[in-house]
Amino acid sequence: MRMAVLIKQVPATENIKIDEKTGTMIREGVEAELNPLDLHAVEEAVRLKERLGGEITVISMGPPAARRAIASAIAMGCDRGFLISDRKFAGSDTLATSLTLAAGVRKAGEFDLIFAGERATDGETGQVGPAVGRYLGASVFTYVSKVASVEGGRIVLERAVEGGHETVAAPLPALLCVVKEINTPRLCTLAGKMRARRTEIPLLDAASLGIPDAKLGLGGSPTKVVRVMYPQITRNGKIFSAADDPDGAVRAVFDLLREHGAIEEATSDAE
Amino acid sequence: MPNSRGDVWTLAEVRDGAIHSVSWELLAWGRKLADKLGSRLASVVLGSGVADKTDSLIHHGADVVYVVDEPELATYRPDAYNAVLVSLVKEYKPEIFIASATTTGRTVMPVLYVDLETGLTADCTGLDIDPETKLLLQTRPAIGGNVMADIRTPNTRPQMCTVRPRSKRPLAPDANRRGEVIVKRGAAADLASIYQFLSFDREKAVGLPIQDAEIIVAGGKGMKNPKNFALLEELARRLGGSVGASRQAVDLSWAPYSAQVGLSGKSVTPKIYIACGISGAVQHLAGMSAADTVIAINTDPDAPIFRVADIGIIGNAMEIVPKLIDMCPGGCGRKGGEAR
Ligand SMILES: Cc1cc2nc3c(=O)[nH]c(=O)nc-3n(C[C@H](O)[C@H](O)[C@H](O)COP(=O)(O)OP(=O)(O)OC[C@H]3O[C@@H](n4cnc5c(N)ncnc54)[C@H](O)[C@@H]3O)c2cc1C
Repeated sequence: MRMAVLIKQVPATENIKIDEKTGTMIREGVEAELNPLDLHAVEEAVRLKERLGGEITVISMGPPAARRAIASAIAMGCDRGFLISDRKFAGSDTLATSLTLAAGVRKAGEFDLIFAGERATDGETGQVGPAVGRYLGASVFTYVSKVASVEGGRIVLERAVEGGHETVAAPLPALLCVVKEINTPRLCTLAGKMRARRTEIPLLDAASLGIPDAKLGLGGSPTKVVRVMYPQITRNGKIFSAADDPDGAVRAVFDLLREHGAIEEATSDAE
Repeated sequence: MPNSRGDVWTLAEVRDGAIHSVSWELLAWGRKLADKLGSRLASVVLGSGVADKTDSLIHHGADVVYVVDEPELATYRPDAYNAVLVSLVKEYKPEIFIASATTTGRTVMPVLYVDLETGLTADCTGLDIDPETKLLLQTRPAIGGNVMADIRTPNTRPQMCTVRPRSKRPLAPDANRRGEVIVKRGAAADLASIYQFLSFDREKAVGLPIQDAEIIVAGGKGMKNPKNFALLEELARRLGGSVGASRQAVDLSWAPYSAQVGLSGKSVTPKIYIACGISGAVQHLAGMSAADTVIAINTDPDAPIFRVADIGIIGNAMEIVPKLIDMCPGGCGRKGGEAR
């Protein structure tokens, strides 16, 4: 099985702190990590390799520092990695990113299966995975919660959708955006880390991808961010202490629920 | 294309053969946009056996409904859906095309915008028309709700986005509203699909999927054990709501992943969110701070969840939840299992 995994380096979310005075995000000292949802994509590829054999290529688009995220995926069991990086990519929206990533995937080789996380924890769009799949002309599956089988050039899998799971199938090559419930990612081993350190991660820049400049970065992005705000999420609600006023607290909730029609005025036990 | 501005389009969503209520929410957004632009509002329905289900879309605000009713579209197949939509967009050239940020909308649109070479903004919580440029102003949260961004698509058409479910109430239906229904046949080449739908396994959970729920009773690690967690199911059942969970509760297998609220789970926008034994970590707040009303029950007066609570109760959830359950004997709330 020839597999690729698309990963992204993101700011570590547990460290997100908001400056209480200015309401802006404090970026200093925030560590970068492999997007937590991408760990499940890496894990699923590694599991399939263990079952079916094959090779896994990790591909990431980002600043040179994203090599670290690629290395950690290799440490989990992937075989090689490519970094797609160029100043010309700066300011790419999801369309420009997807076009660039798809070109990088083509450059990296031919694949039967391509994995991506459901979305990145920073941009949170979930648009890049399916769009790359479309650019590559692959079968596109989002919200994949289980790979049932890969056989005879065909994949059968489950998708977690509203209210349940659907089982669907399509021919390879396929791009799968996986959700967290698909697996529990392994930790990387020391041997894996050593192997990652030895593995060279070649660079794919704009010139090597052969995409016209007009389609790259900010200029190649149809969407423009015109304003960024840092909302304060505080509501200044009414806080009761159950110890001092147990009934008052419950009554306040009751009144609120009734106001919203969740509880009927005259409670009937007809049902 | 100055002076020949196209219509505002919404993608209707069909689930279990019926128009789902998110379609009407989109029409409420679309109505506002179309009125500000002075253009028509159209809804697009793809499915099988849907041709006679267009009334509710008109009653909820659509001026035009485009229907493609073909057996091949009975289930969501990415390639056929995409080809049919590309053909429609190329024929009618809408100015704006919005879909709900459901699993379907979040798959249809990212495939479609590649073919249309235009912009797509994900999971918007606010939409407006810029009075000067007449461009669509798309507001969306990012980085776990810590940042809100305004985004525009100035040069390409249609301007596309997905919209977070429940970010707007549907308009009151008006049974006297009249509109135009345009039934289109799908071209054979468009309907051909490499995807095969095999089966659907419905989850046995209390109430609606949390993304659709008006009331969510959510629990975290503070519920201590699965038996206590089951109290929340009882409360949810009686209120006609659904059960949500923090990641800790999901990791402990007290609730399925489909119930997880937050950064690596679902973003929800219920009318009422009752958080029981949930500390309110930023990653959890990312998924629920847009709820209309938040009620929090926690023993720790400094728990961050209280900062986003409209009503906070400092106390033991195991004592307070049973009292809430007792308030409505035998399930007296609105009926569960219905969209609205
Ligand atoms: C990348 C990443 C993604 C994440 N994604 C998510 C996500 O999607 N969703 C999510 O929820 N979390 C997510 N998390 C985890 C998050 O950081 C927190 O660890 C988690 O939300 C905590 O869950 P909790 O509130 O149930 O548990 P805790 O933080 O342990 O809180 C338990 C709370 O219960 C209270 N309590 C204890 N006893 C009682 C009692 N008897 N009655 C009432 N209250 C009581 C305590 O005071 C405490 O506040 C993510 C973390 C990371 C790093």
